[in-house]
Amino acid sequence: MSPKTETVRHDAANEPNEKIVLRVSDLRVLTNADDEILHGVDFALSRGEILGLVGESGSGKTTAGLACMGHFREGLKFGSGSVSIWPRGEATHVEVGDLDEVALRDLRGSRIAYIPQDPALSLNPAMRVGEQIREVLDIHDFGSSERERTDRVAEVLVDVGLPGDKAYQKRWPHQLSGGQQQRIGIAMAFAMYPDVLILDEPTTGLDVSTQSVVLDTIRQMTVANNVAGLYITHDLAVIKDISDRVAVMLRGDLVEEGPVSSVLDDPQHEYTKMLMAAVPDLAGRKTIGDGAAEAKEPSEDDEKTHILVSTGERGGSGDTVGSGSGGDAPDGATASAGERDGGAASANAPLLEVADVALAYGKAQILNGINMVLEPGECTMLLGESGSGKTTLSQCVAGLNDDYSGSVRLRGTELARSTRKRTNEQRVGIQYVFQSPFSSLNPRRSIGQSLSVPLEMSGEGTAASRKAAVEEALDSVRLGRSFYHRRPGDLSGGERQRAAIARALVNAPSVMVCDEITSALDVSVQASIVALLRTLREERQLALLFVTHNIALSRHIADNLAVLNKGKIVDYGPTASVLENPSHEYTRALISDVPKF
Amino acid sequence: MSTDANSLDDLKSAATDAAEVPKESQTTYVPFYKRVLAQKQGKIGLTITVVVVVLALCGPLLLPWATGNTATQFVTKPFSPYGLFGSDNLGRDVLSRFLAGGVTLIVYGVLATVLGIVVGAIIGMLAAYVGGTFDAVIMRLNDVILAIPQLVFALLAITVLGPQGWVLVTVIGLTHAPRIARVARSATLGVITEDYIKAAEMYAMPRWKVLMRELLPNITGPLSVEAGLRLTYSIGYIASLSFLGLGLQPPAADWGLMINENRIALSIQPWGVLLPVIAIALLTIGTNLLADSFARATASTSVEA
Amino acid sequence: MFGKVIGKRLLFSAFILIAVSLLVFGATLLLPGDAARAILGQQATPERIAALNEQLGLDQPAWQRYFTWLGGLFVGDFGTSSATGGSVGALLGDRVGASFILMGLAAIISVPLGIGLGVFQALHRGKRRDQAMTGLSLVLAAMPEFVIGIGLIAIFATSVFQILPAVTLAPPGEPVWNRPEQLILPTLTLILVVTPYIVRMMRATMIEVLDSGFVEMARLKGVPEKRVIMRHAVPHALGPVAQVVAIQLAWLAGGVVVVEFLFRYPGLGQALIDAVTYRDVQVVQAISMLVAAVYVVVNLAADVVGILTNPKLRSAA
Repeated sequence: MSPKTETVRHDAANEPNEKIVLRVSDLRVLTNADDEILHGVDFALSRGEILGLVGESGSGKTTAGLACMGHFREGLKFGSGSVSIWPRGEATHVEVGDLDEVALRDLRGSRIAYIPQDPALSLNPAMRVGEQIREVLDIHDFGSSERERTDRVAEVLVDVGLPGDKAYQKRWPHQLSGGQQQRIGIAMAFAMYPDVLILDEPTTGLDVSTQSVVLDTIRQMTVANNVAGLYITHDLAVIKDISDRVAVMLRGDLVEEGPVSSVLDDPQHEYTKMLMAAVPDLAGRKTIGDGAAEAKEPSEDDEKTHILVSTGERGGSGDTVGSGSGGDAPDGATASAGERDGGAASANAPLLEVADVALAYGKAQILNGINMVLEPGECTMLLGESGSGKTTLSQCVAGLNDDYSGSVRLRGTELARSTRKRTNEQRVGIQYVFQSPFSSLNPRRSIGQSLSVPLEMSGEGTAASRKAAVEEALDSVRLGRSFYHRRPGDLSGGERQRAAIARALVNAPSVMVCDEITSALDVSVQASIVALLRTLREERQLALLFVTHNIALSRHIADNLAVLNKGKIVDYGPTASVLENPSHEYTRALISDVPKF
Repeated sequence: MSTDANSLDDLKSAATDAAEVPKESQTTYVPFYKRVLAQKQGKIGLTITVVVVVLALCGPLLLPWATGNTATQFVTKPFSPYGLFGSDNLGRDVLSRFLAGGVTLIVYGVLATVLGIVVGAIIGMLAAYVGGTFDAVIMRLNDVILAIPQLVFALLAITVLGPQGWVLVTVIGLTHAPRIARVARSATLGVITEDYIKAAEMYAMPRWKVLMRELLPNITGPLSVEAGLRLTYSIGYIASLSFLGLGLQPPAADWGLMINENRIALSIQPWGVLLPVIAIALLTIGTNLLADSFARATASTSVEA
Repeated sequence: MFGKVIGKRLLFSAFILIAVSLLVFGATLLLPGDAARAILGQQATPERIAALNEQLGLDQPAWQRYFTWLGGLFVGDFGTSSATGGSVGALLGDRVGASFILMGLAAIISVPLGIGLGVFQALHRGKRRDQAMTGLSLVLAAMPEFVIGIGLIAIFATSVFQILPAVTLAPPGEPVWNRPEQLILPTLTLILVVTPYIVRMMRATMIEVLDSGFVEMARLKGVPEKRVIMRHAVPHALGPVAQVVAIQLAWLAGGVVVVEFLFRYPGLGQALIDAVTYRDVQVVQAISMLVAAVYVVVNLAADVVGILTNPKLRSAA
């Protein structure tokens, strides 16, 4: 994996050294209202080394990264502390905080470069890509002639693995794929041979396979140009893959720093331990989020971090009786769930059967002959990258998309294509949880009102009995009935997702379709949601269709794994056997591209 | 399905719920009117609007002199015994005509706005919700109406139907509608892709309920901004039409008409023009400030996520 | 490719004009049953009524009248004015030019002014001068044009100063530009009414663009602020603002009516008011069509600006 040994060095004048290039000490950043966002952050970057800066949303990691460039987003300002840079070939260091506008501009893009999170938004859509790279060279007076600059644009494009020819340079950003756009961003950053590179989640939003290519490019370019990199991300697996040292941030504090291996393998700070315990691993060595079924997410106002410990707390939490047994190896759970099925289901037909489902919009074949079976209490993971058709398939099952052909059967009865045409009982039987907790609850209605809708529509009970059912559901997702009167705007992402799960539970369904329900959430919250789902399966004999792009979650939740690629299921079987003996090339590529953890 | 009974239960439970839950401890939600009044524009706008509206509505009750009385003296000096602000060229007291002349303007303006909002919101929401050919046809028709400025449209209607009150209200209301429909449609399109709409569909909620319960409450922000703006424009158009002599006919007392009648004498007796001009200016400024504060108040909720 | 997009827009414009003509013509069908009497009044002699009926073509079926009228529009024959008996084309001829001068002057000044002020406000957002300008534009945008016009007359022509003419002084027949001072107040009124909308839209769009990822990226690349604004930000704001400018310019065609009436300016608006007062349907129809044509043209121009500033539109479709 590591190309360190045989990479070409572009910059001959610059011998590798361990000299520090950038040092941040006691950096404090304030809001315009003088609330402190960063509470004194210290770190240092050395040449040829990448420091990973990890933290969950709101930890201030991007603010810290931008402060290194003397840039503060709207509403933020510099508090105190220092950011020093030792540019190449200069004896003295530069204090970023003391620079005036002009000096700061000279530094940016030339000595310290930035690679942004979303390339689609960060490239100027009305400027040709070559011109955007060229702009950096022009502003910073690269070289001595027009010719030299033109050549440099072509050269740096080739360096990042793109064609450097004129035709390619004349393209517009929207004519490139996400991965290509990000590589343009990387080329722009490296054009001036910078000393320091700030990488702000540059692979978030890219598919695993694209991510792995982009990471390779970054690693190679960093070493080849002997640059010091600050890699900001929430993804610990990526950190492990790319960085040499890691610093962990929590709500504006840097809580732990050290070499990657020691911090990740032997975390000292409680928060790091919690994070480590929450990260799903492909091998499934641990049980993520165990004991975390309660809604104990790290909350803003809490002084102490809530620790979601991986072991030892099973018996401790009184009301999650079932959660302990779910914590064993998922393979064991398959067997036991299978046994119980025999008793529970009276008919021979499987609980949910998807047969020959296909869907095409014009020439685009979205789904192509999908066959799947789900038994009571079982969880099948539907794995696919963006554009694989996984959401379309899950919406066909739930009756939200009625354009498909083929059949979806519930306990042997074929379902109408649209939920509106399905019987009450069938609608109750299959429930769907949406991807984004920020969109699935009506902001104008209270949680209680939103959660009553399924009961109201199935015409069950009185207002009082419905309220009782909703409160019970809120209890079972560990939110508690006090949430009944709250509005979605008052809830955190994790809390909202729990409320959305509760809405799917009020009708006591037999199948729950979960469409990427953890992808919008922080890793610790994801862990607690996964744990909650495990508990619910135990408690309610609930069958799950868990749709995701994250293969690392597979062993943590699924009995069976179905890999979807371009509308076809290319691999399908028990999770362990698919992961260990993938039959399709695509699955093998997926498994190898996932950052090992 | 006993939806009626259900919704009745809903109402009851909602009523009791609201009573037993202390709001401030439970939620960070700030009611719309509070967010409006939290702003300078909101406060000033509301104050100005209320003052002018009260003046216009109560004015006729305070009349010192009959509006149609025809003295023979043209008194250009204010503070004369003939009246605080003198009289017009027909000798009619300016102050009493001013006090009597605001009611129609405000009533017509409000009616035209209400008509436009109701028709426009229904068309816009339906176009976005139904989609497809219906949407395309409706929006093309909208474009056609947008091609003629509202005032020209009103003039066309007056040519054909005459300058009656109902013609003014209807034509201004109906020409507002496509403009409001555009806003309602794009607001609806923004909401309709939200998963909570899909969730309501998934639970087979009746379509009218989806529109009224899930959609409408989430587009009241942009709609209220439109209502404020359109009220400003309605007042402007109706005042303009009477100024052009195509609204109320003499000898009625009306601000726009007063301006038209007295503007010849602007240099010697300015009050006959300035009083109604200032009143119209204040009224439209007030409603426009309100509209602006609605917009700000709406923006502050949509950031809540 | 580019031509195809424009061709599509042209087709759509033609559709709009046809539909507007149907609407404008259809409106005349709403005339009371005895249109000629309604127009001429109760005292009219039967001969005059019969003559007017024939003149209006009321003895023919509606669709036939529509096509005669529409055909006339294409060859520049706008029909006969029922009030004056003369040709509508001749009646409006000089006035069209006078109105376009007023609208053109207002547009030439207010569009760059509005865009400039909008950018200025966006760059100083939240500061006192931004707030003051926002307040001012809210106040100006609220008031009907005749209120602003009378305010200007009171200030510059009658009550405060007496430096500018309160009304148009040109005798009939004399070109309006012979006395430039009489153009100042009407033009200023239109500018004061139109500019605030452009400023507000430009400010809002600029702020959105300034907050975008690529502007932040440009700053982080070390691009000088002036270039960030002129090269990266402003071009993106122009597309959306062009739409608003188009709507405002089309609106000028309506606002000019009131302003012309107020200043007794010998343009289309004045003619329109007279025609409405005398229920001169042919003239009203002709002016409505002209105004719709202005709308279509400025919208086409806005589309072109939109396409030129957005390579996605330029290369796609």
